[in-house]
Amino acid sequence: MIKKDLVIVGGGPGGMAASVSAYESGIKDILLLERDQYLGGILNQCVHTGFGLEHFKEVLTGPEYAERFIARLQDMPGIDVSLKSLAVKLTRDKTVTFLKPGVLQTVKAGAIIMATGCREKTREMVHIPGTRPSGVFSAGLAQKLINIEGLLPGKEVVVVGSGDIGLIMARRFTLEGAKVKAVIEIQDKPSGLLRNIAQCVEDFNIPMYFRHKISRIHGRDRVEKVSVVKVGDDLNEIPGSLFEIKCDTVLMSVGLIQENELIDASGIQIQGNNTDVPGIFVCGNALKIYDIVDWVTKDSFAAGKLAAEYIK
Amino acid sequence: MTKVTKKLTCIECPKGCRLAVDVDNGKVVKVAGNECPKGEKYAISEIENPARILTSAVLSQGLALKMIPVRTDNPIPKSRIFEAMAEIKKIRVKKSLKTSDIIVENFMGLGVDLIATRKAK
Ligand code: SF4
Repeated sequence: MIKKDLVIVGGGPGGMAASVSAYESGIKDILLLERDQYLGGILNQCVHTGFGLEHFKEVLTGPEYAERFIARLQDMPGIDVSLKSLAVKLTRDKTVTFLKPGVLQTVKAGAIIMATGCREKTREMVHIPGTRPSGVFSAGLAQKLINIEGLLPGKEVVVVGSGDIGLIMARRFTLEGAKVKAVIEIQDKPSGLLRNIAQCVEDFNIPMYFRHKISRIHGRDRVEKVSVVKVGDDLNEIPGSLFEIKCDTVLMSVGLIQENELIDASGIQIQGNNTDVPGIFVCGNALKIYDIVDWVTKDSFAAGKLAAEYIK
Repeated sequence: MTKVTKKLTCIECPKGCRLAVDVDNGKVVKVAGNECPKGEKYAISEIENPARILTSAVLSQGLALKMIPVRTDNPIPKSRIFEAMAEIKKIRVKKSLKTSDIIVENFMGLGVDLIATRKAK
């Protein structure tokens, strides 16, 4: 078993900031585990601007924001960045087991910071009836397909929910030449930022339906259309309000949930900004879903400092 | 055209202030609702010369990263955005790049550069 003063799980904005902060607080023996082949996490696929205004006092895209941290990490020789390293187990006695191509390794840590981020809610979590054709994507998956893989997954799109990723993707699909036919939100106001309503939806005259929901997805192999109904303030369907929209793609942007399977499986409890195990910390979106990456950074800097104080 | 009040949402920061903009003959004469001076600047630009920073990704050839994220280093006119996307689609990046390296100088003659937003080898 290898030993490290500090192990940080997750090389997205949270884990990178926590690493930098712990290092600057005097911890020089850090292992940073990232499951992907690059650091940066979700920032790499967020090619739009809107990041960094608070932390860097300038407007950056996601990859640029990540790059600033990646560059700082490279100047910190005590931080061992381990890519393609998927953490599979966490224990209360502060060990992390991770899988790297060909090896399963366990590391005993003086302290651990879990910066495992969040994932998107899926169609299953919001219960839309109908068939199960292809063409239903989470907004973030569509973002990855377009921005990382260079594939356009649809031509006629309906966005369900008005989370920021869905709004950003409404613009992205439009720029790529697809037709975004509607953004449908069950609440009476957007869940995403108003600036994204303005620059992603209104800029392109995309119809936005509040107090509406998709009552059914149709299609055999591929999505063919969706049924939409108006709902009242009690969120119940208003009879006679049904209409249909022809489309080949449905994008789900219905919220994010923390990705805390390792913590849950270990029996560790999250308490406030910490856990019930002294020396095991949680930060960033794994702790709380933040609207803005700058806040993830701030939260994670604090976690890095706390971990450093604990180790000393 | 005479005097009208237009409602805008400022996009310069996540607050998204609602602006009420008095416009006289296509010129902004008064901005209200902005919590900071950037809101006024945005309102004037949005009414008199609407522009956006365009972000996208271009295809690479022979590099490990298939798509290179790019942006214009300064805003371009909104009316040229789809034309700019068509240009971006024609580009193939064949050489390694660092973040902020220029991919197209004076992009479409607009006086802005198209730059890489990620390094690619
Ligand atoms: S006016 Fe200032 S505070 Fe308000 S959204 Fe614009 S930049 Fe932000």
